[in-house]
Amino acid sequence: MKKTAITFCAAVLAALAVVGCATGGRNLPTSAQLDRMTADVAKASFRDQGPVKTDRLIQDETNRDCSQAQVLGRPLDKARAKAIEAINLKAIKWPSDGRFLGDWKKGEQLAQSGRGLTWSDSAKTPNGANCYNCHQITKEEVSFGTIGPSLYHYGKLRGVSDPSSAAAKPIVEYTWGKIWNAKAYNACSNMPRAGHAGILNEEQVRDIVALLLDPQSPVNK
Amino acid sequence: MRTNIAVLAVGCLAATAALAQKSASQAIEEYRAMLADGNPSELFEAKGEDLWKTARGPKKASLQTCDLGKGPGVVKGAFVELPRYFPDTGRVQDLESRLVTCMERIQGFDAARIASTPFQKDEQKNVTALATWIASESKGMKVNVPQRFPQERIAYQIGKRLFFMHSGPHDFACASCHGEDNKRIRLQDVPNLTKNPGDGIGFAAWPAYRVSNGQMWAMEQRLTDCYRQQRFPYPKFGSDALVALSTYLGVNANGAKSIAPAIKR
Repeated sequence: MKKTAITFCAAVLAALAVVGCATGGRNLPTSAQLDRMTADVAKASFRDQGPVKTDRLIQDETNRDCSQAQVLGRPLDKARAKAIEAINLKAIKWPSDGRFLGDWKKGEQLAQSGRGLTWSDSAKTPNGANCYNCHQITKEEVSFGTIGPSLYHYGKLRGVSDPSSAAAKPIVEYTWGKIWNAKAYNACSNMPRAGHAGILNEEQVRDIVALLLDPQSPVNK
Repeated sequence: MRTNIAVLAVGCLAATAALAQKSASQAIEEYRAMLADGNPSELFEAKGEDLWKTARGPKKASLQTCDLGKGPGVVKGAFVELPRYFPDTGRVQDLESRLVTCMERIQGFDAARIASTPFQKDEQKNVTALATWIASESKGMKVNVPQRFPQERIAYQIGKRLFFMHSGPHDFACASCHGEDNKRIRLQDVPNLTKNPGDGIGFAAWPAYRVSNGQMWAMEQRLTDCYRQQRFPYPKFGSDALVALSTYLGVNANGAKSIAPAIKR
């Protein structure tokens, strides 16, 4: 049994161009070697399907470093986290015409929709914002997820009574930035980078900002 | 996802308009319990047992000499020890990829052709039925996925890395939804799969009959649909990624009681 294990271990590891099998397979490849083996396995295991191509497996440095930290079971090094947040902050596209707020009713529709960008969605399917999958937002919608914090009373709790006022500006800008690129404020946030990744366009981000900050939105009632 | 929830909502929750949050998953549990009285997976179990014992394929042979890891023809207890390393293929294999190996070697089927057949079609339907019956023969037993061979330990480590691999337009990894305790997507509980999630939860529940679409799904289809929702490209049937991921989930679930074939929304 042990001999067989050694033989097969040697064969597999040799095939993967990995050393360190001399102790009868008790020693696993190093973490870095396993990272490379994982990349090879991913490359060989996935294929294109409809509009979804295998280039989606290419990670940017944010995803790469956050994934790696999670594998090791410890938070990202503080300085590295700051650097990643800075990269993402710099990448935020602010509204081209200076308008941050759109139509909260359209925002609510977007928040409800989890559609878009899977291989079973047609490339023409408008993307949803996926908000309710993870957040409580309005009181009326009881089917909400709990992966993100509740956003009920988002504007009210932050004292925003007039989103166009100078006093509200920092909150309005933060809200835009958070939706555009959540990793600008929390390097390894679970939240997608809706604007940055092209899930939502500028107009749609405006509508989500309005859903959260418009005093007329049910979020703030 | 949303459609499924909508179907469920219409089916069982609509009557209780002012449904309190706390009772939502309770209501779903009751709904499941009600359905479990007549779990349609029994039909797939019967079909799978029949397929196992029937001479089929170009070689007109039954699968009764197939080695699922506990010796040729041994079915009882095999399911809860998969994925495992098979010296005769030199690979770690899950139940479904192992079944296809047997169908190729014993019955003469074209393994590559089965692997490229969509789920719920032709021979893939038979693979699912076989997996359902084989799982049912280990019902109530504890998950006991081995880590004896170095290949099995490497598969676990690769599976772990895939589990935490954030990518695609939404930056999602398996861990985005299944990395913490007591979380939900909409009203659906999403178990923490980085550890043993408990008896009959996650790994210990599949294959399962899905009420929302009336289909029997084995583990590979379950994982493939997770990747779809994750906005990842398509994982090939029997691929090292699916087997490694199953190994990670299985080893984490070791000790949990298998209730497969289960019934799901």
